[in-house]
Amino acid sequence: MDPQNLIAKRVAAELTSGMLVNLGIGIPTLVANYVPSDLKVFFQSENGLIGTGPIPEPGMAHPLLTDAGGRPISALPGASTFDSGMSFGLIRGGHVDMTVLGGLMVDSRGHLANWMIPGKMVPGMGGAMDLVAGAKQVIVAMQHAAKGKSKIVKQCTLPLTSARPVNMVVTDMAVIGFPDGRATLLETAPGISVADVVAATEAELIIPSNVPQWSDTLH
Amino acid sequence: MTQLVPGKGIGKLIDAGLVRRITASHIGLNPTAQKQMFSKAIEIELIPQGTLAERIRAGGCGLGGVLTPTGVGTLVAEGKPIHNVAGQDYLIETALRADFALVQAFLADYLGNLAYALTARNFNPIMAMAANTVIAAAEHIVPVGVIAPDHVVTPAPLVDYLIANG
Repeated sequence: MDPQNLIAKRVAAELTSGMLVNLGIGIPTLVANYVPSDLKVFFQSENGLIGTGPIPEPGMAHPLLTDAGGRPISALPGASTFDSGMSFGLIRGGHVDMTVLGGLMVDSRGHLANWMIPGKMVPGMGGAMDLVAGAKQVIVAMQHAAKGKSKIVKQCTLPLTSARPVNMVVTDMAVIGFPDGRATLLETAPGISVADVVAATEAELIIPSNVPQWSDTLH
Repeated sequence: MTQLVPGKGIGKLIDAGLVRRITASHIGLNPTAQKQMFSKAIEIELIPQGTLAERIRAGGCGLGGVLTPTGVGTLVAEGKPIHNVAGQDYLIETALRADFALVQAFLADYLGNLAYALTARNFNPIMAMAANTVIAAAEHIVPVGVIAPDHVVTPAPLVDYLIANG
């Protein structure tokens, strides 16, 4: 399994029935492909929809039904639509149970940077700052390293998305949580050892006595 | 606006070099806007999308602004006062209004009542409250009475001009 789908599948294991979930663009979008069939999860698209369904078949796209990036989506039976004020009210108001976002870097205290590289990439924060400020649970889904450099860093050198720390980071090598406000290795990916993760991580990790490997056969 | 797509909507104004200043949450989809931002041809204020919605809503509802937790401790907070309520810090974000709002609806009647479809509602109803002149276009213009009162999202008195489809 490629790293993106490995990450998405592991994130999907955090979903429980009845959750309202907002998925960011990139790896997070793939999480929807791994929702177990017996689980009823509501997906929100922050441009004004709860009940986002799969990408429509060719020729079945509706021009007025898109995700926040303007790509065609579908709406499941039971879906609801609303304006951007209500959509972000849902996000800031704590009605969204979980958001899954991509990341440029996460530091040892759980701070996320994912919206700009000064002078290089300044597309705008979109809804990311509201999601991290308001969702009940924030999960970052990203590759462990980019161009050989760890994305789990001691301290973020890029502008932060929020002062609020995230709850969990899922990479192609590890699940990292912040139970006491410090990066803690919770699980390793199939075939990856604790030593592998430590060697590939810039931030200092707290290593509990038992760090399980997640199962390749989840669901 | 949350999306600036080249050649579409207000993307046409940007392509034509007619825009001096943009207030938006995301311009990543418009390479022309990125280029003009870096070359300082356009002044761009980037605002978290939820904050943008609330600032416009406040502007349309006669409020001076809103208190939001979004952006506290980030670049967005620079130069903005912080107000503490019950132990939590909030940014004071001031109201936004415009001279003109260009609104896209799904249905309009000849009085100017508007209804929207699916995810194309987004910022339209909020913006229709927050501009001195509201210009609406609609996919379909229907006789008065066809849009049921419960389905009108933007009431007719808010709309100054309705553009007929060519």
